[in-house]
Amino acid sequence: LSICSRTVEPLEYYRRFLKENCRPDGRELGEFRTTTVNIGKCLCSITTADGSALVKLGNTTVICGVKAELAAPAVDSANKGYIVPNVELPSLCAERFRSGPPGEEAQAASQFIADVIENSQMIMKEDLCIANGKLAWVLYCDIICLDYDGNLLDASVFALLAALKNVHLPLVTINEETGLSEVNLKQKNPLVVRKHPVATSFAIFDDTLLIVDPTAEEEDLATGTVTIVTDEEGRLCSVHKPGGSPLTGAKLQDCITRAITRHKEVKKLIDKVIKSITPK
Amino acid sequence: TVTSLSPGDTSVMAGLYGPAEAKVSKELPDRAALEVLLRPKVGLPGVLERSREQLLRQTCEAVVLGVLHPRTAISLVLQVLSDAGSLLSCCLNAACMALLDAGLPLATLFCGVTCALQPDGTILLDPSSRQEQEARAILTFAIASSERKVLMATTKGSCSVEEMQQCLAAAQRAADTIFQFYRDSVRRRYSKS
Repeated sequence: LSICSRTVEPLEYYRRFLKENCRPDGRELGEFRTTTVNIGKCLCSITTADGSALVKLGNTTVICGVKAELAAPAVDSANKGYIVPNVELPSLCAERFRSGPPGEEAQAASQFIADVIENSQMIMKEDLCIANGKLAWVLYCDIICLDYDGNLLDASVFALLAALKNVHLPLVTINEETGLSEVNLKQKNPLVVRKHPVATSFAIFDDTLLIVDPTAEEEDLATGTVTIVTDEEGRLCSVHKPGGSPLTGAKLQDCITRAITRHKEVKKLIDKVIKSITPK
Repeated sequence: TVTSLSPGDTSVMAGLYGPAEAKVSKELPDRAALEVLLRPKVGLPGVLERSREQLLRQTCEAVVLGVLHPRTAISLVLQVLSDAGSLLSCCLNAACMALLDAGLPLATLFCGVTCALQPDGTILLDPSSRQEQEARAILTFAIASSERKVLMATTKGSCSVEEMQQCLAAAQRAADTIFQFYRDSVRRRYSKS
């Protein structure tokens, strides 16, 4: 009987759980799913990338690979490199995504990640410059969703952060006589990640209830979503509420408070993983 | 129906078509399918336009009573005529006025307000392009007319939590002026004919 009601009347099925302040998978309204992260060449599968990370948020699996290439900086910003994020939602991650050009959700997610990088200043583009006006690094950050079960943005931001922390850039010098660049693959320096932004997403139910870390089923039933990105100083890097049910300023404040707590949990997890893979 | 909106020098033209018959692949069985197309002034629409289209679409979906027009399509096309700052809030205002002009059933009205947080901490509303570039953070809100709740929020740059709340309060106060403008525009339109 419960399976029937879940397919036939999903909203009523959910409301019954929400009345008891919990969700069908047993979580409380403010509880996150189990988060695991694998960083680097040993644990993560991408051996060809300069930095990689695999994040699992419950069933949602997102992998991020960072590749560094050389390019000439833009004319109007001669001392800046480039960071190019790209979020892909291939058809294998969920049946709603068809193969072909990126859909609106993938493009909006790519723009969101680009905004988070820009707003949080996690990587200073000036750090990526090798020779003013001549040579700079381009970091291609490819974020691919392998299994979509809701909360794509949180997982993507986390995967990006973990992958960037793992990036080691070889030392590049410009030979003054020939004018050509020389890449020293033996001497690698870790990329300087200045800030650590963490995203926390909420789904709005029936215009009033806020639940944290929605699954795909919950996202479909929700009347709106809010994503808050905070950094370690408690500053807001992004408040992303793309339409949906209206919220009062007080409710938004509740979301922000929860996001700040979540940031501490995630930071602890990342630090633990980085420490475990750093060669002593 | 075509509506044009120009605060200062930023100008956006909005055209709303619908509720019209939807393609079978796009129709929804219980509500209207809303589509937003944002055309930049120069060039082809890119990832930024797609992201803005998603913001506008979900904002409109929250206010339009789509359940009254199932299996139909409502298309909103926004053409940027000139951009001198505060573009997203201009698009939001144009979208709402287009919805009003078309006579679609709405749960609430909404307006767009952009706040720029300057390096010295002062809040500036409806910044120009130059003010946007110099600002520490730019926050755009869509404020609903019922109880001035937040319908949409997006930020650029980082700010503290208190600053965000101050900007939100300023935006909610500014919303009163914009809703008054809506009222005056609609009154003007219908008093002539």
